[in-house]
Amino acid sequence: MTGDPDTSQDILHDIRLGHADRGFVGKIIRLDALVTGSSLSPQELEQRLVEMGFVEGARVEILHEGTIRRDPIAVRVDNITIALRRSEAMAVIVE
Amino acid sequence: MTTASLRLALVGAPNTGKTSLFNSLTGSRQKVANYPGVTVERKSGGFVTPEGRSVTVLDLPGTYSLRGRSPDEEITRDIVLGRFDGEAVPDLMLCVADATNLRLTLRLVLELKRVGRPMMLVLNMIDIARRRGVTIDLDRMSQELGLPIVTSVAVRKGGVDELLKRTDEFLAKSHEAAASEWTTPTIADLKAAQREADRIIAAVVTLPTKPDTLTNRIDSVVLHPVWGLVILAVILFVMFQAVFTWAQPAMELLSDGFAALGQLIHDLMPAGWGLLQSFLQNGLISGVGSVIVFLPQIIIIFLFILLLEDFGYMARAAFLMDRIMGGAGLHGRAFIPLLSSFACAIPGIMATRVIDNRRDRLTTILIAPLMTCSARIPVYTLIISAFVPATTLWGFVNLQGLVMFGLYAAGITSALTVSAIAKFFLWRDHAPAPFMLELPDYKMPRLRSIAIGVFTRAKMFLYRAGTTILSMMVLIWFLASFPQAPAGAEGPAINYSFAAMIGHALEPLLRPIGFNWQIAVALIPGMAAREVAVAALGTVYSIEGGKEAADQIGQVLAQKWTLATALSLLVWYIFAPQCASTLAVIRRETGGAKWMVVTFIYMLALAYAASFLTFNLAQALGLH
Ligand SMILES: Nc1nc2c(ncn2[C@@H]2O[C@H](COP(=O)(O)OP(=O)(O)OP(=O)(O)O)[C@@H](O)[C@H]2O)c(=O)[nH]1
Ligand SMILES: [Mg+2]
Repeated sequence: MTGDPDTSQDILHDIRLGHADRGFVGKIIRLDALVTGSSLSPQELEQRLVEMGFVEGARVEILHEGTIRRDPIAVRVDNITIALRRSEAMAVIVE
Repeated sequence: MTTASLRLALVGAPNTGKTSLFNSLTGSRQKVANYPGVTVERKSGGFVTPEGRSVTVLDLPGTYSLRGRSPDEEITRDIVLGRFDGEAVPDLMLCVADATNLRLTLRLVLELKRVGRPMMLVLNMIDIARRRGVTIDLDRMSQELGLPIVTSVAVRKGGVDELLKRTDEFLAKSHEAAASEWTTPTIADLKAAQREADRIIAAVVTLPTKPDTLTNRIDSVVLHPVWGLVILAVILFVMFQAVFTWAQPAMELLSDGFAALGQLIHDLMPAGWGLLQSFLQNGLISGVGSVIVFLPQIIIIFLFILLLEDFGYMARAAFLMDRIMGGAGLHGRAFIPLLSSFACAIPGIMATRVIDNRRDRLTTILIAPLMTCSARIPVYTLIISAFVPATTLWGFVNLQGLVMFGLYAAGITSALTVSAIAKFFLWRDHAPAPFMLELPDYKMPRLRSIAIGVFTRAKMFLYRAGTTILSMMVLIWFLASFPQAPAGAEGPAINYSFAAMIGHALEPLLRPIGFNWQIAVALIPGMAAREVAVAALGTVYSIEGGKEAADQIGQVLAQKWTLATALSLLVWYIFAPQCASTLAVIRRETGGAKWMVVTFIYMLALAYAASFLTFNLAQALGLH
């Protein structure tokens, strides 16, 4: 376990887009790519998410889920739809 | 002269209509489809503006940023930054945006502005934006961005008139290029640019009064966890059934036509011209004709693929298949290249440029030739029609179509298996790459572009028949006719030819997998292209069997081969690397001969092993 108590508190309370169910509607609070199941480095993952429009304040909605383990997911980000895996969506903190 | 013509470049996010614009400006027919990542090369063309300026324009791969993550995006970056070898910096960049989907493109525009080159923003697909009731304050937007803006409808006649006019106006003035301030954007830069883009959009774009609910409604069925997969399977199944059943009447017509033509030539020739008559009837008409007969099937398969691509289904299919592909160690973006390989492995291998990770890209390239390309259709159809009865099962399934479907399934399964094995042995420590793909809104396929697409493919097929296949046929006819049989010799004359010598020499090697010497003769020139084997068999058997055999190659095969041999040859064609152009493209795309050799050897080994098993199993089961 790394980090100070404050951030680990946050980690417990954060809702991660990767955990959310279909039909979830929310807003992006921030990106946190440190602990995800992704094969990308945190830096690279965050960069790609931002490039696809996942930035603070954007409205997100989970529109569809895949068959196997409900993965990947199709997410409406403001007015575009992005398909991605749950492991990458873990980096997106929403409310 | 290095021409003083002005250089334009089309840049922008993926799927915004750059290639459509390029086509309507230059009259070209580059590939357009409704999914991100269609264009993976730089394509150049020319046109003359209404005021008579001659312009060359470059179509570039779409990109979300100039970072250059994958080989296709690197091309765009290098052109824009003037780092591309042998290509000067464009005089004017046309940044193409999808007017219904501005967020990501506007961020790219802000990034491009830092490069400091003259630029104009093209709001394309303005027809869709208007239909949805979106209004855009162009003056304000132009002011905010500090760029001239023009709207366009790339796919409609006259839809680029304004763009042409404004380009002329723009080019009439001289423009200073500022020094480039571009540096690879950091995450903070990207976020700031996105916020700025969002601010501008909020200020100048109104929300749609009639949002696109159709896409969502279709997706709730097409991407449904259960129905989605069922629909995908049904689409593929109908596609392969259609290849068989719909094409049948047209193929019979063509086949009868060629038979009649052969007969006509036979009858018209004076008696003494035996050799020329044999060349025309056996070499040309039986050979090339036997390949052209498959044109209707090629048209149908391309029609299906083009419709799916234009409608916007490809990205959905990639979504549905992601976990299954991931299980086999494939990158999420590998699906579209592999599906394109159903048409032909060459564009499929090119399309792997969208894959950012080199290992993932290599794996996809290695297995793309296993997908059943359209050149296998003639071989499969010939053997299936000869050996599988055209019975109907359960009232609607054509047995021949079912076998065809099985062969496609075998291709897909073996591709996934090879990928899983490669992953296990070659790069075990390599974690699965992520999958992130924009799902575009559905679009009604445009009749005109589908027609042009099908026509282009049909033309390519006929061109191949008239070049590669024709020249191979001349060679085979020659080998099968010379030296001629000595006077008074027994048996068919072909038994004395070079072809028979070559065939007999190879036969011991191929006997364990059930191939006779005639097949051996067909396989060697068949390395050039798969369809050649069909033509070669046509020629060899028609020279051997005389004119009755010339018409009905299928019936001849049914008499001469055992079922075990036929099955073995079908299985051979699932795996064998019988296509020189594919190997050449693998060499080019991987930057060396190594992976080409690897592909050739592994496919040949697989083909031999699988045919060996099939043949011996079939014989053990008594399938003669
Ligand atoms: N209605 C409408 N459709 C358009 C317009 N321009 C392009 N399209 C469609 O949009 C889709 C994408 O067009 P392309 O020209 O392939 O886009 P691209 O920017 O070259 O895409 P990439 O090569 O993947 O970067 C196709 O289905 C086109 O038919 C337009 O002005 N109006
Ligand atoms: Mg394009």
